Amino acid sequence: MPNTPCRAGRCGAATAIALTTSLLGLTAGTPALAWEPQKSVEIVVAAGAGGASDQMARMLQAAIQKNDLMKQPVVVSLKGGASGAEALMYMKQGAGDPHKFVIAYSLIYTLPLAAKLPFDWRDLTPVSIVAFDQFVLWSNATKPYTDVASFTAAAKGAQPPFKIGGTGSKREDHILTVFLEKRTGAKFTYLPYKSGGEAATQLVGGHVDANVNNPSENVEVWRAGQVRALCVFDNTRIAYKSKVAADQSWNDIPTCKEKGLDIEYTMLRGIFLPGKVAPDQVAFYVDLFKKIAQTPEYKDYMEKQALKPAFLTGAEMTSFLEKDEALHKQLMTEAGFVAGTN
Amino acid sequence: MEALGLLLQGFQVLLTVDKLLLMMLGLTLGVFVGVLPGLGGPNGVAILLPLTFSMDPTSAIVMLSCIYWGALFGGAITSILFNIPGEAWSVATTFDGYPMAQKGQAAEALTAAFTSSFVGSLAAVLLITFVAPSVAGFALRFGPPEFFAVYLLTFCSFVGLGREARHKIVISMTLGLLLTGIGMDTVSGQLRMTFGFTDLLRGINFLVAVIGLFGISEILLTMEERLALRGHAARISLKVVFRTWASLPRYWATLARSAVIGCWLGVTPGGAIAASFMGYNLAKRFARDKTGFGKGRIDGVLAPETAAHAAGTAALLPMLALGIPGSGTAAILLGGLMVWGLNPGPLMFVEHKEFVWGTIASMYLGNVVGLVLVLSTVPLFAAVLRVPFAAIAPMIIVSCAIGAYAIQNAMFDVWLMLGFGVLGYVFKKLDIPLAPLTLALVLGNRAEDAFRLSMIGSGGDLRVFWSNGLVGTLTTLALLLLFWPAITGLVSRAGRLVRADA
Repeated sequence: MPNTPCRAGRCGAATAIALTTSLLGLTAGTPALAWEPQKSVEIVVAAGAGGASDQMARMLQAAIQKNDLMKQPVVVSLKGGASGAEALMYMKQGAGDPHKFVIAYSLIYTLPLAAKLPFDWRDLTPVSIVAFDQFVLWSNATKPYTDVASFTAAAKGAQPPFKIGGTGSKREDHILTVFLEKRTGAKFTYLPYKSGGEAATQLVGGHVDANVNNPSENVEVWRAGQVRALCVFDNTRIAYKSKVAADQSWNDIPTCKEKGLDIEYTMLRGIFLPGKVAPDQVAFYVDLFKKIAQTPEYKDYMEKQALKPAFLTGAEMTSFLEKDEALHKQLMTEAGFVAGTN
Repeated sequence: MEALGLLLQGFQVLLTVDKLLLMMLGLTLGVFVGVLPGLGGPNGVAILLPLTFSMDPTSAIVMLSCIYWGALFGGAITSILFNIPGEAWSVATTFDGYPMAQKGQAAEALTAAFTSSFVGSLAAVLLITFVAPSVAGFALRFGPPEFFAVYLLTFCSFVGLGREARHKIVISMTLGLLLTGIGMDTVSGQLRMTFGFTDLLRGINFLVAVIGLFGISEILLTMEERLALRGHAARISLKVVFRTWASLPRYWATLARSAVIGCWLGVTPGGAIAASFMGYNLAKRFARDKTGFGKGRIDGVLAPETAAHAAGTAALLPMLALGIPGSGTAAILLGGLMVWGLNPGPLMFVEHKEFVWGTIASMYLGNVVGLVLVLSTVPLFAAVLRVPFAAIAPMIIVSCAIGAYAIQNAMFDVWLMLGFGVLGYVFKKLDIPLAPLTLALVLGNRAEDAFRLSMIGSGGDLRVFWSNGLVGTLTTLALLLLFWPAITGLVSRAGRLVRADA
């Protein structure tokens, strides 16, 4: 893949040369090597203000701006309508426009299945996967159960059943709840809230008995000692070892598998351009995100949000997306969330 | 008094030349942003957020929150002069503010609005200063049933306390509830009433509807009736400001009641809107002389403005202490806090004392400076009404269209706004009140979600709405308000019977 490094201050000259040469007709037919945005670039957020995607967009905006990674300004546009469907349709309609990208997560698989949205991630151009979000089983700190075994035992005997709060319906949190039921044999009542933040405060207030929030959604109430982290739904523990809550680091949370609860689930955070964009335009963004990954803003953000670092592009990313999509299709069919089947 | 010491420290952080300059700049920008319908606080803050990335967090939040205060003040200006509410909670201000402007009392109405917002904010800031930790905990007691009970209370106070024919209130409210059903349903994860149109995915935006219902329909009516804005130039001078101030002590009960409602509802998310409507309705109910509401009474402006601003300010408390944004603007401020490396949450008041108390001190200063700033512009803005209608109407329509477009960058919203303009015109001709429709558009979705979550949680048992003291009181109060006319009717009839017996 042609990949011209574009350090601050040098792209302009490269483009100027590219432009002059193409004006002269010398390179007619071959794309200019160092394409760069001609106008402001829009970061499309498929969620509401203040949510995890919005925070990531603000971090990207700050990282690009402070480190001078791009000459054109970056704007964040919130398209969280219809649980993010608005953003997906907006990107689909923007085919050929290299001046916007969306921060996508598992909604690219779940929305078409659950809400019959006429969308396929192949309508867009994958750029890179920048991180993975993990999920943790949390309970209220005032409750007597302190680990997976005692939680499961309490849930099995509970009447009325335990309530689990989560974001939205027929999405990642809901899928995890269904698998908790299958693996533990306990019954849960799932309450779909509008955001992870709401699910967090509802757990602290005792209105639900557990949630499966991402680390970032619960970190503040965890630090305040209001919730307890029971286990993480992944095959390895979270890597960060510095103390976050009173006496615990993210790394101290056991995996669910260690505790005999065999559930693994992580969620991608990926960047997509609209469909039908030129390869050199994709190359520019791949390069941009490579550079962003080196900035202190990005590193700081990853640790603070306890995200799992990752960097997949090109064929590697596409094959991951295909596998991940198949997995979601299977999970959602098993859970009975596919529209028209329940 | 630990709080006082910390607050003084906060003032010390703020009282530097550059911070005061930022404050003035923020307020001025905010007033301009607020005057343009649809642009409003959230968009203004979102546009200017990147400017603050290079500042230290305290300067940044001072500037952004001043834009917020400025936009709040500015929103009242368009509500009163042109019947176009800039924010959801300015809707109730139009009920009496606009008629006052038409009677030639624009300056009085503006002064009343600005002053009462100041009073409301001040009450809420005092609350934040002295009882922050315990009040923040109060918000945690709100689960789905409690939220639903608050919304029910607001809806019921409309039906029970409204002056208009009840069936017309119910018609208007029901239409609003139906319209909020469009889009994604969070509880089932399904799309509803979108009929395959991509534009309908995001649902009907409240501000788009309001700009059409109030702004455009008013222009249509004016065109039909007289081709002139009725507000002819009153004598406009700073004297009006002082005269209005002199009359305010008479309304102390209204101000106090609205401030209490506002502070109380402010700590529950979305409370500011409910507070402004409830403040208005209760002022109407408790007024000794009930005539003239909706036709330009000054306490009809004071009540909603005080409540809305008390609630809007109090809403910053759950944002700082719990990370729950109480309004759209608060949500964007929340995003900003994260960029500056501050995570709102229970530990915020412990770990970032300087920032928190700097912010609280900026609420005091920002409101005082803001009040002086906007009051000095009252004569200027009131003079706008002297411009001939033929010149100003196209400008209003254009700014409405820009506003409707800017909310979600969608052309579809402009057509929707015009459609709502026609609907508003028809409603006014039929004497159907618009307020219940707008209220339903704002709170309908949240009320529906809260109700269904309560039902899922309780397994369909309605007794959940009386399951604890808090929710039980709210629900009972709501039902009492709903049947208020019937109850007072029964009581007076019983009284007459007793007297006849005696």
